[in-house]
Amino acid sequence: MSTEQRRLAAHLMRRAGAGASPAELDELARRPYEELVEELISPPAIPDEDDDLVFRYFPSLANSDTPWLWSSRWIYWMVNSASPLREKMALFWHHVFATAWFKSEHGPSVAPHIEMFRRFGLGNMRAILTELSRDPAMIYWLDNCENLSSAPNENYGRELLELFSMGVGNYGEDDIKAAAYAFTGWTFEQPIPLYPHGGYPSRFKYVPELHDDSEKTFLGRTGRWNGEDIINIIVQQPATGRFIGRHLYNFFVADEPGVSAWSVQEPRDPDAVGRLQSMFLESNGNIQSVMRELFNSDFFKAARYERVKCPAEWVAGAYRLSGKLGLPEPEMWSLHMQMGAMGQSLMDPPSVEGWHTGKEWIDGGTLMERINFASKLVSDPAAPGVQALTSRIAADGGSASPADLVEAALDYAGPLTVSEATRDALLDAARADGDLAFDSDESREASAKRVAQTLRLVIASPEYQFA
Amino acid sequence: MSSNGGNGKDPVLVVVQLSGGNDFMNTLVPYNEGHYYDARPLVNIPQDEVLPISDTLGFNPAGSRLKELFDNGDVAVIQGVGYPNSSRSHFRGMDILHTCEPDRISTEGWVAKLTQRLDPHSEQPLTAVNIGRGLPRAMVAPGVTATSVGDLDSYGLMTDIELEEERNRDLEIFKRMYTPAVGAGLVMDYLRQTGIDSLAGADILATVPGAYESSVEYGSNPIAKALRDVARIHTAGVGTRIFYTNHIGWDTHSHQPQQHPTLLRDVTSALADFMTDLREHDAAEEVAILVFTEFGRRMKDNGSGTDHGSGGGAFIIGDLVEGGLYAEYPSRDPKEWLNGEDLKHTIDFRGIYGTMLEQWMGVKPEEIVVGDFEQVRPFKRTMAAA
Repeated sequence: MSTEQRRLAAHLMRRAGAGASPAELDELARRPYEELVEELISPPAIPDEDDDLVFRYFPSLANSDTPWLWSSRWIYWMVNSASPLREKMALFWHHVFATAWFKSEHGPSVAPHIEMFRRFGLGNMRAILTELSRDPAMIYWLDNCENLSSAPNENYGRELLELFSMGVGNYGEDDIKAAAYAFTGWTFEQPIPLYPHGGYPSRFKYVPELHDDSEKTFLGRTGRWNGEDIINIIVQQPATGRFIGRHLYNFFVADEPGVSAWSVQEPRDPDAVGRLQSMFLESNGNIQSVMRELFNSDFFKAARYERVKCPAEWVAGAYRLSGKLGLPEPEMWSLHMQMGAMGQSLMDPPSVEGWHTGKEWIDGGTLMERINFASKLVSDPAAPGVQALTSRIAADGGSASPADLVEAALDYAGPLTVSEATRDALLDAARADGDLAFDSDESREASAKRVAQTLRLVIASPEYQFA
Repeated sequence: MSSNGGNGKDPVLVVVQLSGGNDFMNTLVPYNEGHYYDARPLVNIPQDEVLPISDTLGFNPAGSRLKELFDNGDVAVIQGVGYPNSSRSHFRGMDILHTCEPDRISTEGWVAKLTQRLDPHSEQPLTAVNIGRGLPRAMVAPGVTATSVGDLDSYGLMTDIELEEERNRDLEIFKRMYTPAVGAGLVMDYLRQTGIDSLAGADILATVPGAYESSVEYGSNPIAKALRDVARIHTAGVGTRIFYTNHIGWDTHSHQPQQHPTLLRDVTSALADFMTDLREHDAAEEVAILVFTEFGRRMKDNGSGTDHGSGGGAFIIGDLVEGGLYAEYPSRDPKEWLNGEDLKHTIDFRGIYGTMLEQWMGVKPEEIVVGDFEQVRPFKRTMAAA
């Protein structure tokens, strides 16, 4: 196993999941890279018993009216899932199809909205857009329940084209109107009121009497189009392949300027986006094929630490690093709020535009919030991750130098490449207390504390902000 | 001209962003007019409910606190704010309002450019403070410092480390890791600068909550909490010249008759409480508030709400404001609708920013708003030194 193989596997696991521990990396680096990719993009169907444990700890999930616990449960799966890419794809689609709870204030419909992404996230774009258009949370979010043949509401039609598939500049106002008419009658069953029986999800309902069945011209094609026909035409558009390719590039490869700039600004790597676009069109919108192309490409392999971690990645990564949240913990109650302070309330994005990514995740406030959050987790010498790292350092002999400590902590948190200034600062901090000893319970305990301190500084480093 | 109000205080700008597109017509209602009620059969404010300020216009009853401020002469209502070829996209629309660049993508926000004029060498980490999670694009530009405060009461780095000595040591290491270095790349430069600035700002902000006392009881909603934080920081006198906060939820495509009044009530009550609070602290005179939104809404309602439109409105509020109506209320006559469905704007938003920049903050606006735009004259006098 080469160092490069191990670093590449770490890169893949950071992007396709929430990272891997050094022990896991030792295993992963022994297997062919393409095999790891194949395993990640082919997750098994979600088993029914998946959530039993979470529900046992948090029975109130069964009729929760807010997304707070649901988003914590999602983080729990980002940390613990054996199929991390399923969660990462769901997060990706949530970024693209940003739908928020704050408008409906109906948790039981927002939770299945994310389940849809977990289920269909690696499937065909037609299925994804069809499920999206049938999803009660989305229908309410963009007012398609008020899109009637007699009084069309063009909100969904517009955003379907502008934000969900093609991007501005690739269609006209008339296409928006045609799409809006095609989706008339796509609505949901009135959900059972919260009181007195608790929250229940709503369900999709197609009402032919509210549907406009007349002839429409959409992107130059004329017919008595219904919603599925619109989606079918959309998925065949080169603009859709390019738009989704660019989104995938921004989320999985390297930070791009925000989506609002795309109509006037070329992609950071036009060839890469072109390849993803070609695969999208060639595979007839098969997202699994596009992801295979992406992960196996040289442009992906080369793009180490080219993305600022989003708060979901940050939080899930910090849990994995600390080894905590192996079981659903009571602290999950407050996760949603803490992530909000970092700039990302899952299931409650600020607008249909979604979150601004890249460096826009970082400002004085959010930087502090994210460091404080992770600092608290790894500051605990008893944390399983800190203990594992301590054992890893101790395994090399009865003592370790400050340099060994810093190297091991950087390896543990990445392997992370840092600037000379960062390394010097970490070294000076480690040197202040001399060598680490492991020859007694007491010295081991003292060493674990220093491991925790070093890890805390590593996660606070500017380099660790990147994935 | 040297007229800083006589008390030596620097002018302060508070920007309140209403995200989603406030329906100006249902905020200041043309209540004596058939065109309005014809276009809005279901989403209108009935004539007998409006709070009249003239024989043609009246405030939405949910904005009664704003009307009180208006009656007191503290509110300049800017009617018909917009720009040519108004974007109906929220995010492009907001981008344009944040950067003053309708035709190209810019990475420089107008508030950030103002920050740079006020503090050219980034010497004061708290010149510009956002209350909320995440900086708005208006406050972002390369090399410009802005602080974002999510929770004023627990603001600080690694506050969980109990031993003061240990925490101080870690903060020293943090400072070294974040010291800007040559050739590290744009994002890394930004990140490092942010780390250094936030540390400096946190030291100052830590002193704020303990110094504040007030008899004003704000509401328990996000915009009230945000404006209370503005009051706490402003009255602590830490040198902040620009405050920014964002109030979300104004995208009233549906259920507007239920949702819009709540939004209006929350924001106008918070603004009125904020002004009372500042006056109680003798800290009102130097403050002017600009309330804006990305666009107005469509003339016709859609049965339960209103779709994205153009020709919105803005409010300038403060003790030195010459209260009244400014610019022209766009015509509601269907013959004059823009593209047959929208209000036609009568004044460019960049002129409103220009008004605040030049007349209130004493800063030349042309470079910041990218051009020369007609301004209004809403101030009795200015705090800015010439």
